[in-house]
Amino acid sequence: MPTQTSTARRRKPLQLGGYLGLLLAIAVMILPLVWMFLAGFKERDEIYTVPIQWLPDSYDLSNYAAALAAVPFANFFLNSTITTVIGAGLKMLLGLTTAYAVVFLEFPFKKFVFGLVVFALLVPQQIVMIPNFTLVASLGWINTYQGIIVPGLASAFGTFLFRQHFLTLPISILEAAALDGASHWTRLWRFIVPISAPTIAAVALISIVSEWNEYLWPLLVVDRSDMMTLPVGLTLLQNNDGVTNWGVLMAGTVLVTVPVLIAFFALQKRIIAGLTAGGVTG
Amino acid sequence: MPTIEDLHRDTTSAVAAPTPTNVATPAPPRAFTPRKKKKPWKSWLLFLLFAGPNVALLIVFTYKPLLQSLYYSTLQWNLGSASAIPVGLGNYVAWFNDPGTVRVVTVTLIFTVATVGGGMVIGLLFAVLLNRKLHGRGAARTVIVAPYVLSGVAVGLLWLFVFDPNFGITAALLDAIGVASPPWYNDPHWALVMVIIVYLWKNVGYVALIYLAALQSVPRDLLEAASLDGARPMRAFRNIVLPLLGPTTFFLSITTLLSSLQSFDIIQAMTKGGPLEGTTTMMYQIYQEGFQAGRAGYSSAVATILFAVLLVVTLIQMKYVEKRVHY
Repeated sequence: MPTQTSTARRRKPLQLGGYLGLLLAIAVMILPLVWMFLAGFKERDEIYTVPIQWLPDSYDLSNYAAALAAVPFANFFLNSTITTVIGAGLKMLLGLTTAYAVVFLEFPFKKFVFGLVVFALLVPQQIVMIPNFTLVASLGWINTYQGIIVPGLASAFGTFLFRQHFLTLPISILEAAALDGASHWTRLWRFIVPISAPTIAAVALISIVSEWNEYLWPLLVVDRSDMMTLPVGLTLLQNNDGVTNWGVLMAGTVLVTVPVLIAFFALQKRIIAGLTAGGVTG
Repeated sequence: MPTIEDLHRDTTSAVAAPTPTNVATPAPPRAFTPRKKKKPWKSWLLFLLFAGPNVALLIVFTYKPLLQSLYYSTLQWNLGSASAIPVGLGNYVAWFNDPGTVRVVTVTLIFTVATVGGGMVIGLLFAVLLNRKLHGRGAARTVIVAPYVLSGVAVGLLWLFVFDPNFGITAALLDAIGVASPPWYNDPHWALVMVIIVYLWKNVGYVALIYLAALQSVPRDLLEAASLDGARPMRAFRNIVLPLLGPTTFFLSITTLLSSLQSFDIIQAMTKGGPLEGTTTMMYQIYQEGFQAGRAGYSSAVATILFAVLLVVTLIQMKYVEKRVHY
């Protein structure tokens, strides 16, 4: 049985080890990002040099100008914004209504319907991409927003999380709403949605992030550069002439990552709540 | 109630004991039928209005293509071509007999085990670290999770520069300890290691976050009781905390396996499956065969095999782990 002093003596080195570990973790996570930022400002001769040069000689934006001139970044940004806002918005709507139906409405095959929704989580995108590509192509949806958005629109994870949340809501509120004679549509938007705001915000942020970063599907259905989203368009900077121009490529990468990083730092509480929601309920 | 039940039993003599639900249908006491009967009908319709669109989308874009993919796997069919030749199990036979298949399966196994297993171990370490009362742990948590929300393509590209064998950070660090940089770009094995590292860097924050949430729900007095009993920290952790993390580990094992098997962005941005197909996982092969080589039938066969494996592994995980996990 350890005495008071022996535990106290043990705590000191443990604490120090803890800080070292923390510092190491932070360094590993942050160094590549810093490297990217700095490279965005470097001229060719500052990049192709041994030993490596950490800081650029000057912080001019010539690489950014070159990236913007080489590919239509404004279009990428617009396309990403449109597909993300519409895609994530509709997905939330579908998730909320489906979860409401599964929890509060009567239907003979309710369990089956919910099972159908949840089982979809186990079906990887790559397995359905050839039939979906064929369908989208036959509809003439190649290089269109609906072609990018619609096939991935259904809400499985969101429905699952909203259902978990709805099951915890106090019955009294709904009974009051029912006595008021409110329709189910009104009950959902006037009573359920407001008291579920934190959960909805968390799930919304997660679906916004994943829509924004979506890569494989937009890569398949878009081949015109003016219809590309940011992740797809970014790769255009990669192989212009065989030799990678790291300065320009890193400037482009900064343009893609920085909006997300800013949003993440500003809204991290909600985003982290959204990420953990699945884990805690699961 | 008893009278209705008796009545029911009389008319349908040999039928099993009636439950309240199947009582109501055959013997409808007229008095309350109108209301009770009208309401479910309305509710069903509403249910279809509320859940229908989502279910319809799932059927059109998930379940129907899943079956279609199964059918395509029996065809010799090039993407975009109007004609296809039925070949039965020919694509499957071809895949199993292809000398490259052993390599693809090996690469997939190494990538999956390393990213899922490595991710859980490192993620748990980070979580334990973040759970201690250290200054700056909030900031550390933010930094550790940040890469998870970034685009996989962007992450792949920025790491490609980090790994540059001549002008990258890893080359500089290795040079400092007198080691030459491995040929990350040109050697199939090192390329696989590189892709795994980047995948871990991007995704480990998620695992850490979930483990951290679980650790924070471990009752403090349980740990204090253990330390009073003289349990050393390591042993207290192994005997008390780890079993409590069982459900979390189970959840993570499924979700991280699913996302690892689907990973595409990083491989596409960094190696495109090369060099010498050293980073071609089954997922990447499905993409390559279907959309680069245009062999849609063959690609669908590989997809079907992978889906079958995924389903079996997930079911085993659920069956096996559920028994061992203390809920």
